[in-house]
Formats: sequence, structure tokens, C-alpha cells
Amino acid sequence: MPLPIAPILGIFADNVKKRGSVLPLSKRTATGWAKGLNLPRGGETVLYTGHMYQMIPAIDAMASQMALLENSFLTKFFGIGRVMNKFVSLSFFMGLTASSKKMAHSNQVLRDIVGLLRDADVEFGYLYEDEFYAGALLYDDGLDETFGAHARRVAAHLKKLGVKRLITVDPHTTKMLRQAYPHFVKDFDIEVVNYLEVLAEKHPQAAKQMNGEVVVHDSCVYARYEDICDQPRELLRAAGITVREPELSGKATHCCGGPLESLFPAEAHRISGNRVEQLEAQGKNVVTMCPFCWVNLSKAAGDRLVINDIASALADGRRQAASGS
Amino acid sequence: MIKVSSQLAARMKQVEGFNAGSCFHCGTCAALCPLGYKIVPRKLFREVMLGLEDEVRASIPLIFSCLLCRMCEVNCPQGVHIADNMRSLRVLFNRQEFGLE
Repeated sequence: MPLPIAPILGIFADNVKKRGSVLPLSKRTATGWAKGLNLPRGGETVLYTGHMYQMIPAIDAMASQMALLENSFLTKFFGIGRVMNKFVSLSFFMGLTASSKKMAHSNQVLRDIVGLLRDADVEFGYLYEDEFYAGALLYDDGLDETFGAHARRVAAHLKKLGVKRLITVDPHTTKMLRQAYPHFVKDFDIEVVNYLEVLAEKHPQAAKQMNGEVVVHDSCVYARYEDICDQPRELLRAAGITVREPELSGKATHCCGGPLESLFPAEAHRISGNRVEQLEAQGKNVVTMCPFCWVNLSKAAGDRLVINDIASALADGRRQAASGS
Repeated sequence: MIKVSSQLAARMKQVEGFNAGSCFHCGTCAALCPLGYKIVPRKLFREVMLGLEDEVRASIPLIFSCLLCRMCEVNCPQGVHIADNMRSLRVLFNRQEFGLE
């Protein structure tokens, strides 16, 4: 039997209503990446992670468990699971099996983004435990009332903290805050910019010119909802990295399959497999710009490709310059 | 026998965002979809507009499997907001079939 849609979406909605996120994270998992960076707390301009990078290792672990359940008799028990989840967060426990390697990767990407913004003389704070998940999965799955109520809570909280400008780091949070929040939250007037836009506008001098080449995998959301296609390429080229384009790229990019991981894992794997073949035809080193793309393509590619987040690819130069290599 | 619901189109009107009136059935959407020909938005939207509720209900798994990637939408010669329409159908069925909001 396929995975049942209603109880799974019900669990997501219940989690947001009760615990503030589709996949509640511990304070340590959500904010641990910033340890030692001395990021000022709050301020008018803040870096807003929306917990997406921090959440992705747990989502990946959950998706792997869901893939095992797909087409099994256990799908009948999801309704009971939803009732239990109201009392005990099942998704939190499922997330405990998240790979520590993937968590380290996500944390490093966020630290690299901070490094790149600092190199470009951008001043910003961070909200630490006052930052919340933006609600992308609720919106995409059509849970509009739950999403709207959550968005209004998050927006009121940001307003109370005096935030005027958000620098987002992933496509889904960017889309939510820039396109969905103004629709659901009356008078939402917080400026939302993405870190790739901020960096491209600043034209930062690369700490060290690199010589490598990468195949670019665009995120569907960046390319077709947010019009972020040129900035990543400009930044890579400015760092001395040669950009190679796969068969479908830029505005015509091919999905990584990520949106189907929670409800249709087998189909998600088929689509990510197709994309890996397109990327592989252009080279072995691939950069992604979205945590979902990274985790799905990495899983599908295995050892065939080396997949890195664009922030880490750009930060390699500053790392090498700092170590004198 | 085909059952036609006069309610479906009215209910869809209450869900903000659904609009497929300008679709002229060229099939570009289905041809470009990364899912292959499993989703045929033009057929689904026509069923919605004709009120073929049973047919639309049978497509619930397809409606929820749309990637919302907009590959179809940016190439639609008629500018139909295909991904938004799919999301609107999710809103409808979450309310109507699953009791979710």
C-alpha cells in the first residue's frame, strides 16, 4: 500500500500547532552550528536559517524509514501513529537516527555562509532559539489554515524582536517569507533577501582564486519562484571556478525529487536518479544550493558524484587562504 | 455513467487561486513534467471545471505527488498557474476529504 496521505499531513499539522515545527528540533540541533561564531543576538538585520539545514539530516533519516514502510502492511497503522504523536513527538524520535556526518555537513554550510557574509562586510545578527521554522511543508501541502496561523505567529514574534530585514539561506524559507507571508500576514513589511543575492550585490573579492570546475544544479524554487539563477554563477566565476551546465539548468532546471520524499519515496528516488545521470554527464563535482537537493542527490549518486553546497564551494578559497595552502 | 457535480466548481472558487480557464490543451505541461505522463494537468483541470468529482477524487494521489517545481508552468503558452492550481486542489481535498486545515 502507498503511504497514506491524510495521517502523514495530519502529523505535520499537529507538530506545527503543538511544537512549532513539522519536525521539532532540540535547541542544540537548531542553534549548535553557531557556537563560537560570536554572532550578535538579534538586531534589525538577522540571518534567518528557518531550521532547514539543521532539519535536513533528520528529514533524511525519517524519509529512509518511510521508504521502508511504503507498500508494507504497516501503512495501516499511520492513523494510530498520528494519535500517539499528539502526546509524544514520534517524528522527534525518528529524527534521532539522523546521520552525524550529515549534521556536520549542514552545520558547516551555515558556518560558511556566515564567513562569506562577514568577508563581504555584511553586518547581521542571529536569533538563536528565537528563530522558528517558516512553514514551507504546510504551505506546499495545502494546509493553509495551519500555515496561516503559524506564519502570523512567526511574523508577530519577529516584529516584537524589532527585526526589519531577514537574510535567508535556503530557497524554501526564502519563498515562504517573500511570497507566502505577505499573502497570509496582514501588513507583513519585513524585507527578505537571500544571502546569494546579498553576496552577488557586494561583489566581494575572493580570498583566493580557485581553479576547479563544478556542475551547477539549480534549485527549482530559486530558479522558477525566486529568480535566483545568475547570482550563484557570478559568485562561482568570481571565485575562479569554472561553471558547467547540465542538460537542464537555470530556469529549466530539473527537480531533485525532494518534495516527494515524505509521501512518495520510491518516486522521489526515481526522479533524483534521473537528475544524477544528467549531472554526471557534465562532470563529477556538483554544487547544490538547497539542503533538500543536497541530501536527495547525494543519496542517489552514492560515490558517483562529489556533491557540495555552493556556500562551502565558495568558502573553500577563504579556508585555503586562511591555512596558507 | 459519468456523475457531474455542480458543487465542485463552486467549491474550487472558494479556494483562492484556482484558474485554468485559458488552458487550450496543448499538452506541454505533461510532456515536460519530471514525473513523466503520470500527471496530466490539462485533463485534471478540465475534469475540475466540468465538475467530474469522482474522476478528480481518483487523482488525489497524483495531486499530492506534484513536485510544484513549475517546469510546466514557466513553459505554459497560456500562462496557466499550474503549480498554484495543484496547491489549490490540495487545499480543497485536505478540507473536504481529510478533515485537515
